[in-house]
Amino acid sequence: MKTWDAIVIGAGHNGLVNACYLQRAGLDVLVVEKNDWIGGAATSRSLTPGFLYSNCSYVCSLFRPEIMRDLELPRFGLQVISYEGGAVFTRDGDYLANYRDHHAHRREFARFSARDAEAYDRYARDVTRQCCFIQPLLMRTAPDPTSFRPRDIGELIYLGKKFAGLGAAEMADTLRFWTMSISDFLDEYFETDVIKANFALSGIIGTALGPMSPGTAYVLLHHYMGEVDGSVGAWGYARGGMGAVTKALADSFRASGGTIRASAEVEQVLVKNGKARGLVLAGGEEIFGKLIVSNADLKRTFLKLVEEKELPDRFLRRVKNFKMRGSSGKVNIALDSMPEFPALPKDSPCYRGDMHFTDSVERMERGYDDWKAGRWSADPFLDMMMPTMLDPTMAPPGKHFMSCFVQYCPPKVEGRDWTDADRDAFAETVVSQIADYSPGFRDRIVHMEVRTPREIEAEVGLTEGNIFQGELTFDQLLFNRPAPGYAQYRSPVDGLYMCGSSTHPGGGVMGAPGRNAANEILRDLSRPTKHMSPAHDVI
Amino acid sequence: MTSFDAPKWDVLVIGGGHNGLVAAATLAKSGRKVLVLEAAGEIGGAARTEEFAPGFRVSTAHLLNRLHPEVVKTLELERHGLVFSGITPTPAPLSGGARGVGIRFAPSVALSRDGEPLTLHGGYGESLSGASASEQAAWQELRAQLLRYAGILKPLLARRPPDLGNMSLMESSAFAMTGLSLRRLGKEDMRDFLRMLLMNVSDVADEHLEDDRLKGLLAFDATLGSHLGPRSPTSLLGLYFRLAGEIGGQAGAQALPVGGMGAVMASVLRAAQAAGVTIRTDASVAKILVEKDRATGVALDGGEEIRARTIVSAINPRSTFLDLVGTREIDTGFVRRIKNIRMKGDAAKLHLALDRPPEFSGLEAAGHRGRLVIAPSSDHVERAFNPAKYGEFSPEPVMEITLPSLSDPTLAPDGACVLSAVVQYAPYALKEGWEAGRKRFLAAIMAQLELYAPGVGRLVRHAELLTPADLEARYRMPGGHWHHGELQADQMLMSRPAFGAAGYDTPVAGLFLCGAGSHPGGGVSGVPGLNAARRILEMRG
Repeated sequence: MKTWDAIVIGAGHNGLVNACYLQRAGLDVLVVEKNDWIGGAATSRSLTPGFLYSNCSYVCSLFRPEIMRDLELPRFGLQVISYEGGAVFTRDGDYLANYRDHHAHRREFARFSARDAEAYDRYARDVTRQCCFIQPLLMRTAPDPTSFRPRDIGELIYLGKKFAGLGAAEMADTLRFWTMSISDFLDEYFETDVIKANFALSGIIGTALGPMSPGTAYVLLHHYMGEVDGSVGAWGYARGGMGAVTKALADSFRASGGTIRASAEVEQVLVKNGKARGLVLAGGEEIFGKLIVSNADLKRTFLKLVEEKELPDRFLRRVKNFKMRGSSGKVNIALDSMPEFPALPKDSPCYRGDMHFTDSVERMERGYDDWKAGRWSADPFLDMMMPTMLDPTMAPPGKHFMSCFVQYCPPKVEGRDWTDADRDAFAETVVSQIADYSPGFRDRIVHMEVRTPREIEAEVGLTEGNIFQGELTFDQLLFNRPAPGYAQYRSPVDGLYMCGSSTHPGGGVMGAPGRNAANEILRDLSRPTKHMSPAHDVI
Repeated sequence: MTSFDAPKWDVLVIGGGHNGLVAAATLAKSGRKVLVLEAAGEIGGAARTEEFAPGFRVSTAHLLNRLHPEVVKTLELERHGLVFSGITPTPAPLSGGARGVGIRFAPSVALSRDGEPLTLHGGYGESLSGASASEQAAWQELRAQLLRYAGILKPLLARRPPDLGNMSLMESSAFAMTGLSLRRLGKEDMRDFLRMLLMNVSDVADEHLEDDRLKGLLAFDATLGSHLGPRSPTSLLGLYFRLAGEIGGQAGAQALPVGGMGAVMASVLRAAQAAGVTIRTDASVAKILVEKDRATGVALDGGEEIRARTIVSAINPRSTFLDLVGTREIDTGFVRRIKNIRMKGDAAKLHLALDRPPEFSGLEAAGHRGRLVIAPSSDHVERAFNPAKYGEFSPEPVMEITLPSLSDPTLAPDGACVLSAVVQYAPYALKEGWEAGRKRFLAAIMAQLELYAPGVGRLVRHAELLTPADLEARYRMPGGHWHHGELQADQMLMSRPAFGAAGYDTPVAGLFLCGAGSHPGGGVSGVPGLNAARRILEMRG
């Protein structure tokens, strides 16, 4: 009867990152995964012959470079191609292009407004300053402000010093920034609707908030902080789709001696005398581990996998109150040929980036109003891209995979479950929006996969279809994530840890929760953590 | 021998609203010669009692819920006639004779169209009526928690905001005291405090309560006077703000002043005059004189110049800096911050002269003397907020209503009745313009009133609707915003009204701010005025 040193529940990217670090510290680690494929929401699936879909997450930028290096992911086949370009289409037939080069971007703004072009320098500088302050905090365990433990006090002092080092004006600005809406923040710089829409979209992706909600300026940072080859705010495609990320993680894991079991759904965490001892799989098989790490979200872990009697009342109440309402859907499309967007010049680099059709903050906010009323947005916001423009491995030559991330989609439709008819009606809002800008678009569609929160939960276990395993509001961030007093990856059950996006610093394909959890586990075991790089500074 | 005469005044206060008068009285009591310059024909601003129809009087600011005890004490307002008495359980007689101002406590009533209303008695619901037993228990727990947490924040209100770069020992210790009181909560409570601080009121209510009427009331109260909906993050702060206010020693209590808010202003005025303050009305300031980076006086419309060492502005900070000081005297960074202050109001005021008192369904006679709220659920408040984001008014507005003449017959002719309502959401920058929109908005309000008090429409003798644009024009309050700037997290403390002027002193030496646009915000409290005066005294300004 083998007892593993650690068993990780869920082969999503955080679970694999966690497993890699533990294995490399000398533990004998097993990862169990319910699906017969690994990767969770970072996968490449072939759902129609010849085409590969990044059918959940679709773009790589937030993945921590420190983790990429520590786990030698490029050596195991991960290649991220940064993309240049992207555009927001306006209803009058124009477009606003995105360029990675600051000056090219500025010139593009000047097409719309000289004042906004001037303001762009100031904007970029101010946002980057906020990024610089936040970024190292991602890879640090959040301190418990109610604790007197030396480590927590030390961390609070570290944070305090960092904050004080800003200077009084910057301190006030940072506090302001953290509580502002992205819309109000942008109003302080720009006057043009489409320019504001261009930036606002980063403030709402994945959230259950609108661009006018306080707290969305912070979310902008969350998306801005990514790095592709050291270029802050730039995004990239993983060659072979997002599955390449988790495949590289899995290969790295196995190369250090780790074991993955797919088709092994966990039914319960075995708890004896208040300590986690192993797992019961569907079918009854029991496996044993000295510690268990759950990559499943907070509700799935503590309302499904752990018996209620093992958990303190207060914790259970917090778990039940944890907000993880899904707000997005996904439409993945296989195209027979490249779609044309007449608004763009031929061979525009924008084809290779992210495209959007929501040209004002107001439209985005109205989409959010629909979500609050329990409906999908009648005028959806799309984050659309075709990785095949830069990555030939995902479709046959001349054909394309188009990924559309869509907001907003409610977890339930006016209080009831999604039906197939709902799903199809939702898909139609997406297709018709694209078709408005791309003649003949519908005729190019070979296959379409439509994912609402219903599908997202069913397939990859994300409760209510929330892609971040929990909303990113103040009450669910930092020392509150996933619950006050339990924000350091340890659960109330001895030997049971959490490593998924429900923990700090939250979701996106970052790897930081998995890594930070491994750090805490190794500390508890008094094992060395020399193989774990600390966060390096930005710029 | 020069022809220069020593200035007659030590301090000039621009604006004779309650904050201006509180600042003036406090400074005068310490021996300074103070002149208050009020542009209108009488002092008081939106806290006046005004006749809006023949024989009908009302105050735009109609409820008292946060007049700070330190202001009452410093100005000795009780000596000048301010008296508190409750209407429940046993009303106390008014004292102070003819000059007394009786303050009667009022319950809050969450109205229901088709059933019993839910009433909060005492200091914001010490007891409830019209609610189930389980809901009452849940409410008591939540109320206690909210009051506990509001109590942590309360001392910060009557203090200068922490000056992050440069804290004096006094300021650091005030801050430390807050930290200490936080720790004294105990671990779990402290955790909840930190978790809830920036939450939205809707989620907090959902965690504890079931009753839509109660949740609707909380949603309304948290967002009243703000450009926020109950689902907006940070909206809980609005509820803390209300609960940090107190009247007659009761946290969260509210009262209808007998004689309207103008009577409260009258006692403030008496206190100021007793302290030696001189007041000039019909004296509109056109310019603050600045020489060599120092404020040296003001120039009135018409050219008259008055000199003094210390200038205190009780008016809107943007008006102060951009109109009166002028951008040439202040650096671009600061100008930008001032220009960025969000101050577009969303609240309108309705005054109805009624033939006789209306009857709200399901509400007994005594209940009509309270604050009646039309906000049937949190969702309803959120739906009312949505259009305001796009420059449209709420087709089903939410509102708080008082019938002040029921407790104070001097406000209306015999048998007739005044209805006073604060209505949301009425965005200042209405897309179609208020000239075009006002009639339809009034109709929308009346339609709501008709649902809750059938027949009220036929009783209307005269209706006065003050949109934010009207409030701006009448009270010289930009945006019609009674906080002189959104009272939201990013415009609080060190950023209120802007970094560099958040501690009442400003980048212009000798110029101070003392109005609602400064910490801790508006409402009839007197705190900005008091804090500013204390800062001036501390700086020997």
